Amino acid sequence: MKSPLFLEVQRVTKRFGGLSANENIDFAIKEGEIVSIIGPNGAGKTTLFNCITGFYHPNSGKIFFRGEDITRHRADAICKMGIARTFQIVQVISDMTVLENVATAALLRYTRVAHAAEEAEEVLAFTGLIEKKEALGTDLTMADKKRLEVSMALATRPVLLMLDESMAGLTRVELRGMIDLIKKIQRNGLTLVIVEHVMEAVMEISDRVIVLNSGKKIMEGAPQEVVQNKEVIQAYLGEKYSAVSP
Amino acid sequence: MGIFKWKQVFLGITALILLIFFPLAFPKPFPQHVMILVFMFGMMGAAWNIMGGYAGMFSFGQVAFFGIGAYTSSFLLITYQVNPWVGLIIGGLIAALVGAAIGYPCSNLRGHYFAIASIAFGEIVRTLFTNWKLIGAAEGLTLPMLDESVQNFIFHSSKLPYYYIMLVFLLLSLLVCYFVATSKMGYYFRAIKESHDVAKGLGINVVWYRLVAIMISAFLTAMAGTFYAQYILYLDPDSVLVLPISVQIVLISMLGGAGSVLGPVIGAVILMPISEVTRVMLGHKGTGIDMLIYGALITFISVYQPKGVWGLFTGMVKRSK
Repeated sequence: MKSPLFLEVQRVTKRFGGLSANENIDFAIKEGEIVSIIGPNGAGKTTLFNCITGFYHPNSGKIFFRGEDITRHRADAICKMGIARTFQIVQVISDMTVLENVATAALLRYTRVAHAAEEAEEVLAFTGLIEKKEALGTDLTMADKKRLEVSMALATRPVLLMLDESMAGLTRVELRGMIDLIKKIQRNGLTLVIVEHVMEAVMEISDRVIVLNSGKKIMEGAPQEVVQNKEVIQAYLGEKYSAVSP
Repeated sequence: MGIFKWKQVFLGITALILLIFFPLAFPKPFPQHVMILVFMFGMMGAAWNIMGGYAGMFSFGQVAFFGIGAYTSSFLLITYQVNPWVGLIIGGLIAALVGAAIGYPCSNLRGHYFAIASIAFGEIVRTLFTNWKLIGAAEGLTLPMLDESVQNFIFHSSKLPYYYIMLVFLLLSLLVCYFVATSKMGYYFRAIKESHDVAKGLGINVVWYRLVAIMISAFLTAMAGTFYAQYILYLDPDSVLVLPISVQIVLISMLGGAGSVLGPVIGAVILMPISEVTRVMLGHKGTGIDMLIYGALITFISVYQPKGVWGLFTGMVKRSK
């Protein structure tokens, strides 16, 4: 069955031994949206990410991207189709410079290194890392590593960008910068799926929020709706957040 | 950066001229023999570097490719009178195919797990060849004494032709290595070396690129194998399929600087003469003192300069700027 939606996740279940990390998860993403996936640690957010991006294959259920069944595709093939991702534990190539890191990513669409490097310069100018292009991956601060990771994902020229906790552990100023970058990426026509714990950012940038708990989807809706939902407050946000939120 | 590059080109050309005239300054066989080994191990170090230094596959089984190269061309020459140059290509292709066939099931092995699997691979090939009657089993193969000519790849009166052939082989390998390092392939190899996940996330087909690295490395190492067979004119499993050769290749590359084009050559220039001279001077005493000196040196370098001699050199250039 073909799906007309941009990204559609149908009853996806992923088990590790006896543990169901994802159980019958259903949702769809429209082109141009920013959708956040939230939930407590161990809720299955990253597993879901890995299923969509081909790093895991679900035990049952299907995933469609632009109408094509990608459930069994390899990770590199999915990236070629236009879904790029970052990792919860930041992953950059440590003995390459910032420019080389991004050029490596850009090589997905180019054969010649020189052309990929030109593209990489453009991406770095966009993400605001161009001044550090000669720095080694290993020498960057955590905030810059996360920004570099986003730059690398962008250099593969995706249409869907999936960010796994790109805002965790940032200072207030750095957080502001990342939020602005994400908005800028959306304005450029990309669709974003974000796993995030920083509720301030989630509230500001999301068109919709999906809440997972113990491997199941417990709620989906506009950010304002979600933070007022009893079940979500109980499972994840806690009473304090609901009291201060409007 | 520009000046540094021109300096490198200048140094490279100077070194090449010196190497071309080396046999004139040292006409005796022993120095030439040592240099042939330097070139040969430099070549195999360069080949290892593509797998280990760039793609992060620490192979301790290179000797299998070396042996496959040596045996293929020799067997074809003895049994079917196939010209050794043709045998060299066929040996390279067979080594590449065997490498791919073994590499494929090992696609998810990284770090020390890959290293262990590669040791096993080398030992399996040795055991197989030691018992394989068709190719002489433990007795080995003796190559026929053909007339001396480049076409026959055999020379009796002087080591000089071997010297120049091996020099050309080495330059060819370095060219391949340079091409790999500066091309898309090299960038992809380095991403794979960092982490399979990061590579997959960038759309890199990790399994395929790892196999490409193995195949290039296997082909070049097998070429060195054929050369060795044509140079020594006798081979058996104990001389071309033993683990110490694999270890030597890894050490040379690590010492010189893995992940840089010239690193393995520098490693060979330092280690091979030490290894040969200590072997000739001290080895016959049976005390193993040559290996002791050798081991101490390696320990020293890995403790104080883990990036190898090349890393030491580039570090000095950076500091002086």
